[in-house]
Amino acid sequence: MHAPLPPPAAPLLRLAQVTKRFAAHTAVDAVSLDLASGEFVCLLGPSGCGKSTLLRLLAGFETPDSGTIHLDGADLTALPPHRRPVNMMFQSYALFPHLSVAGNVGYGLKGLGLSRAALQERVGGLLQLVRLDGFAARKPETLSGGQRQRVALARALAREPRLLLLDEPLSALDRALREETQGELRAIQRRLGTSFVVVTHDPAEAMALADRVGVMERGRLVQVGPARTLYERPASRFVAGLLGDVNLIEGRLGPAVPGAVRSVETALGPIRAGGEGEAGAAVVVAIRPERLGIGGEGGSDATELSGTLAEATFLGDRLRYRVTMADGTVLRASAPLPITGPAPSVGAAVTVAIPAESARILPA
Amino acid sequence: MRPTVARTLGRGLVRGLPLLWLALFFLVPFAVTLKISFSSPATAQPPYLPVLDWQGGLEGWREFLEALDFQNYQMIASDALYRDAALSSLAYAGLATAILVLLGTPTAYAMARAPARLQPTLVALVIVPFWTSFLIRVYAWIAILKPEGLLNAALLKLGLVSAPLAILDTPYGVLIGLAYAYLPFMVLPLYAVMSRLDPALREAAADLGAGRARVFLTVTLPLALPGLAAGALLCFIPMVGEFIIPDLLGGPDTLMLGRVLWSEFFSNRDWPLASAVAVLLLVLVVGPVVLFREAELRREEAAEGMGKGATGKGVGTGGGR
Amino acid sequence: MSLFARATLVLALAFLYAPILVLVAYSFNASKLVTVWGGVSTRWYGVLFADGPLIAAALVSLKVALLSAAIASVLGTLAALALDRHGRFVGRGAYTGLLYAPMVMPEVITGLSLLLLFVGIGLERGVATLVIAHATFATGFVAVVVGARLKGFDRTLEEAAADLGATPARVFTGITLPLIAPSVAAGFLLAFTLSLDDLVIASFVSGPGATTLPMRLYSQVRLGVSPEINAASTLMIATVGLVVLAASWLTARRGRGA
Repeated sequence: MHAPLPPPAAPLLRLAQVTKRFAAHTAVDAVSLDLASGEFVCLLGPSGCGKSTLLRLLAGFETPDSGTIHLDGADLTALPPHRRPVNMMFQSYALFPHLSVAGNVGYGLKGLGLSRAALQERVGGLLQLVRLDGFAARKPETLSGGQRQRVALARALAREPRLLLLDEPLSALDRALREETQGELRAIQRRLGTSFVVVTHDPAEAMALADRVGVMERGRLVQVGPARTLYERPASRFVAGLLGDVNLIEGRLGPAVPGAVRSVETALGPIRAGGEGEAGAAVVVAIRPERLGIGGEGGSDATELSGTLAEATFLGDRLRYRVTMADGTVLRASAPLPITGPAPSVGAAVTVAIPAESARILPA
Repeated sequence: MRPTVARTLGRGLVRGLPLLWLALFFLVPFAVTLKISFSSPATAQPPYLPVLDWQGGLEGWREFLEALDFQNYQMIASDALYRDAALSSLAYAGLATAILVLLGTPTAYAMARAPARLQPTLVALVIVPFWTSFLIRVYAWIAILKPEGLLNAALLKLGLVSAPLAILDTPYGVLIGLAYAYLPFMVLPLYAVMSRLDPALREAAADLGAGRARVFLTVTLPLALPGLAAGALLCFIPMVGEFIIPDLLGGPDTLMLGRVLWSEFFSNRDWPLASAVAVLLLVLVVGPVVLFREAELRREEAAEGMGKGATGKGVGTGGGR
Repeated sequence: MSLFARATLVLALAFLYAPILVLVAYSFNASKLVTVWGGVSTRWYGVLFADGPLIAAALVSLKVALLSAAIASVLGTLAALALDRHGRFVGRGAYTGLLYAPMVMPEVITGLSLLLLFVGIGLERGVATLVIAHATFATGFVAVVVGARLKGFDRTLEEAAADLGATPARVFTGITLPLIAPSVAAGFLLAFTLSLDDLVIASFVSGPGATTLPMRLYSQVRLGVSPEINAASTLMIATVGLVVLAASWLTARRGRGA
């Protein structure tokens, strides 16, 4: 894991209240975001949430209706794409079919005043970076999916952009290749020190790649932070659900007390959880399945509830439980394998422990 | 991207140049034709009156307008020749379109169902005759259809007829010529739509118990209707004004407006009357032309809808090697 | 393929090709009569090449076809770009109408009205008027061919080029144009053959000294079937056949190579 960077004093990129509308539809709604030099940020969200539009605004293919985009203090907002020190790797890769691999990679270097030899050397270096030496003369159509992806990356890096935008960079690859490529992408980014903004709909990918993840929902940037913070302390049900499986238990927030832990009145009885809010407000308690203790190992500050084990499924590295509570609510839990002690059997009464430090109070 | 001066200028040029050309050489000529259809023939150069005197100012315009009249249209309305020519033009074109639908639909369907590697060749085979001279292809039928021609020789030899059939210089000759010359125009748009239909649709219908005929009538044909409409109009409109086919295969008695216009212009040198016939012909085809444009737009939309699915498929298969 | 489908294809192709084969066969007939086979001979080709007016007409046709196809290719490509790229601009409907109408308009109307315009503005009839007339009715065909290619065009390729620093002009010349070039070439060829083929419009707008090949052939065809015309037709068909073969061979090679 990589340590999250502290918020920088002078950001490389600053988005201020950027809004983009298409007819009646607001694709990007008042998004503000700062990005440090060398930072790797993932924009995560379901399709149609505005993340790709935000990327196109950064690249210059769209112009915001309001708000500004600054890079290194310079206003980019009205600059056309070909005059921005920003490059993009397209989801479809958009490799020029009539040009060779070298022609594609060198395309952005033309017109920079490089000599032929210098240009060839730069292209050679880039191909080496993406492990494609020897492919310079090939046409894109003769390459495999993974090779095309690397050509697209090399091409986008050729102009040494301050900021590289990547639109679903790994979505066209199969799973095994995707995981391998994640590591490669991360290594190249660290080596070059270029800032990356990646758009993805895959939470696992966002968590694996990014220093910070920004979650988008219907055009708004709803939460930004290190993946771990988003996973463990989501700001809303939407963010909690987007990053992984979560149990949501509805209830009313009890009175304020000193300390971080509050009590929530639910149909299962009072549950102690972390969070804030007005007393009496409708809330949900969010708890990840792997944080639920089956068989009563909840730690010191845990709410213990009883239920019946309805199902236990073997998943190789863990067991997945479904527990039916007294009021009929079903909670999902999981335990890493191998488990210590005797495994509960289906149909048996079990104690479900909800540790207060893992349970979050979220607006309903 | 924000519009800049250069960009706006570039757009204007891209859009404006073809527009200017077509306005000048397609729209303005119609206006001129309309004007001359109200003139009178004259033994002068040009052979019609009045000629607008551009230097005459308002007075010139007044004289010019007063000299215009409806006599050509009165002539067209009163002389049965023109009415009959208009009706028989529509009849020939309508009948030939029906024949083309009957010939073209099975042909396009068979092409779309042929093995995928054969399809480009089949399309090329349908297009190649279209690239060779229209005049010559119609002319070739004379040698086949005339009384002592190849068709009659074959029929006589086979004993199917006892005396040569009169086909050349009759309405049958014209219909054969129209069906022959316009067949590619019917087949190609139909094939374009049919070949893009998802084969899973046919399979789904068959899976749900539809026989071959029912699959064709309830799934393939309704979905191919935009192509059928486009093809039918693409044939019908020029056939109404066809000149070469009735002239070479129809004999002296075949009445079609294209031919009437031609002889008013070239034989009688009556330019104003020829113009009035052109206006009449235009009135006959303007409705179908509008329909054709609508059909084309709908066909494009349909193709776009199907195209999106195809792109999705393309990404999946574009990878390995 | 079912038997029915096979039979349909065979019959349809026979219908399309029978007249052409008849022409070719009879161009080699030694006899002047269509129904009499007088043995194989190339005498009509000799007659053809000695026919000065016919060859002059062919040269006029070639000149007109080249010039009008060049103009139509430029105008048609521009129009296709405008329709594909400029979105739903004001007057788009009228624009497409104006583009498509000349393709289906009966030729007698187009020919007569263009002639009346040329007479009205005092433009002398000849090669220039032929070129203008043919360019006008071929523009729509080019626009359709190029438009089809633009529809399947991946716009992210242009965005990628702009993203890599290419100016709009460089994007157009370096990316867009090379990728649509095959369709522009196809449009040019189509416009070229349409011009070579046209009899009706040419008869109206041409003047003395600018007789095209179809006009010349027509004046002879009216007199009846002639073996010399068969020979001329065979040569025209062979030329087109060779061009189509060469084009498909080139595409096949391009597909295999790379």
